Amino acid sequence: MEELMDIVQGLDWSPLFISLKTGVVATILSFFLGIYAARKVIHAEPRVKAVADGILTLPMVLPPTVAGFFLLLLFSRRRPLGTLLYENFGISVVQTWLGCIIAATIIAFPLMYRNARAAFEQVDVNLVYAGRTLGMSEMAIFWKVVVPTAGPGIMSGTILTFARAMGEYGATSMLAGNIPGKTGTISQRIAMVIQDGDYLTAGVWVVIVILIAFLVIFLMSLISGKKMKQVKRW
Amino acid sequence: MSMKVGIKKKLGTFELDFEIHSDCKRIGILGASGCGKSMTLKCIAGIETPDQGKIVVDGHTLYDRGVNIKPQKRKVGYLFQNYALFPNMTVGANIGAGLKGNKEQNRRIVDQMIAKFRLEGLRDRLPGELSGGQQQRVALARIMAYEPEMILLDEPFSALDAFLKDQLQQELMKMLEGYDGTVILVSHSRDEIYRFSEELVIMAAGRVVCHGKTKEIFANPQWKEAARLTGCKNITAAQRVDGHHLEVPAWGIILTLQREIPADIRFVGFRAHDFLPVWKSSAEDPVLWNGTFPKGIIENRIPVKVDSMAELPFERKYFLRSSDGSEEICWFVQRDQWQLLEKKGLPDELEIPEEKLLLLR
Repeated sequence: MEELMDIVQGLDWSPLFISLKTGVVATILSFFLGIYAARKVIHAEPRVKAVADGILTLPMVLPPTVAGFFLLLLFSRRRPLGTLLYENFGISVVQTWLGCIIAATIIAFPLMYRNARAAFEQVDVNLVYAGRTLGMSEMAIFWKVVVPTAGPGIMSGTILTFARAMGEYGATSMLAGNIPGKTGTISQRIAMVIQDGDYLTAGVWVVIVILIAFLVIFLMSLISGKKMKQVKRW
Repeated sequence: MSMKVGIKKKLGTFELDFEIHSDCKRIGILGASGCGKSMTLKCIAGIETPDQGKIVVDGHTLYDRGVNIKPQKRKVGYLFQNYALFPNMTVGANIGAGLKGNKEQNRRIVDQMIAKFRLEGLRDRLPGELSGGQQQRVALARIMAYEPEMILLDEPFSALDAFLKDQLQQELMKMLEGYDGTVILVSHSRDEIYRFSEELVIMAAGRVVCHGKTKEIFANPQWKEAARLTGCKNITAAQRVDGHHLEVPAWGIILTLQREIPADIRFVGFRAHDFLPVWKSSAEDPVLWNGTFPKGIIENRIPVKVDSMAELPFERKYFLRSSDGSEEICWFVQRDQWQLLEKKGLPDELEIPEEKLLLLR
């Protein structure tokens, strides 16, 4: 017990903040990108739709290390895009927190996209038509009618995206590495301390992760429960 | 108020080819399900695009070659079958959804609509908490708030049960009384259409069968499809023998008419309520309801035997067959005449009064 207290007191909390920051930023990015992509794909013609759908879902199906490989290929400073970003804008992706965000966003994005798309497809098309005949702009119809009506699906997409983004390991470790205080997320810290045989510290982090996960899901369903009055209970 | 619509659009198995010109303010479109009538309305509202054609309302071209005004700019209100109320918005927010003015103005308009459509106390409710009738009022209030130049009603009663339907039809008509734009009602119910519209368009398989004054079309449908859709139960092929004789094989008789039969008549129709029963008490002396038989009438009678009968609260439906014919004949008998039928038994023949016979193309 004393040993546990010592560990908690001496714990380097940086992975918690890095993971939370990464999770929140990646979720926000995925939220808007996912909804935007879902909207575009729904309106696309069937052939474009099939191809776009495949590409956008791919990161979810591939092993994260494969995604990491492609991301490295793209952003490495020895590659054109990486060089361009670094030399012109001073932006470096590999081995930085930005890398954490990009990796987490790419991996978590398909969850948001697919959930949003499925939710949009369930929305009664007459609602959109009604909005148009009432003179509402397409933007107003989308954000005031379609998104709220698709609320439950979007909410679950957001929760899953956050969970996935926070727990991302494979692509992150390849693109951003595990630099303590900079890119060292909780998942990477757990893997690292396990390698050192420090099961107690790993256990502390595991408990923290579980608590966060519960809290997030609880909060989100609380919010959605209030807003989703129109969804009938059965 | 004037409306010119001429549109074509490929629809699955057939082509929608709709064309009418009208200055009437209450137009009904009657057609079977899937005949393209809803699609026509959607094209007028701009939520579907025809393949080609022209739509002009009140001198404003809404659609033409190179012109396709957005539905947002057409000022055409559309009442959907399921009302399409925004489920996430309160009644007040639904009514104000399309308003462009400042907050204060919008609030005033919503207030007016809530009073006009008797929605007081429901302002902060969600559509899911309202009854069918209340939902319809909200939908109409939402359209009226937007001050459309034309209102399209797409089968507004088909999802309701019979009792509510009757009530809401009456209510809707009352609410539309003060509206002086054009209203088009699309329906497959002849009662709804008859009650509502001054002018009637009958559609079948994407085409306009006929267009005219509602009462005239009901009285004299002229076209087979029009007769069927206005509720004529007995329609069958007929062969013109000469200017005054028509052979009707399915009834097993040749009709003799005093009026001249036009050369293009291909069918005859007869409404199920209009048959006169005839009992042959003796071969030369048939009798009608009142026991007499008017002299000098040309006898157009079908010898019949009963196949089956369905009794409803206010009428009986007899399904009969002519002794020489093959097709089923429907005869509907009102309740007040049942007694006579019970006393005298079923008639031997049905008389077809000439003035009730529909000659159809």
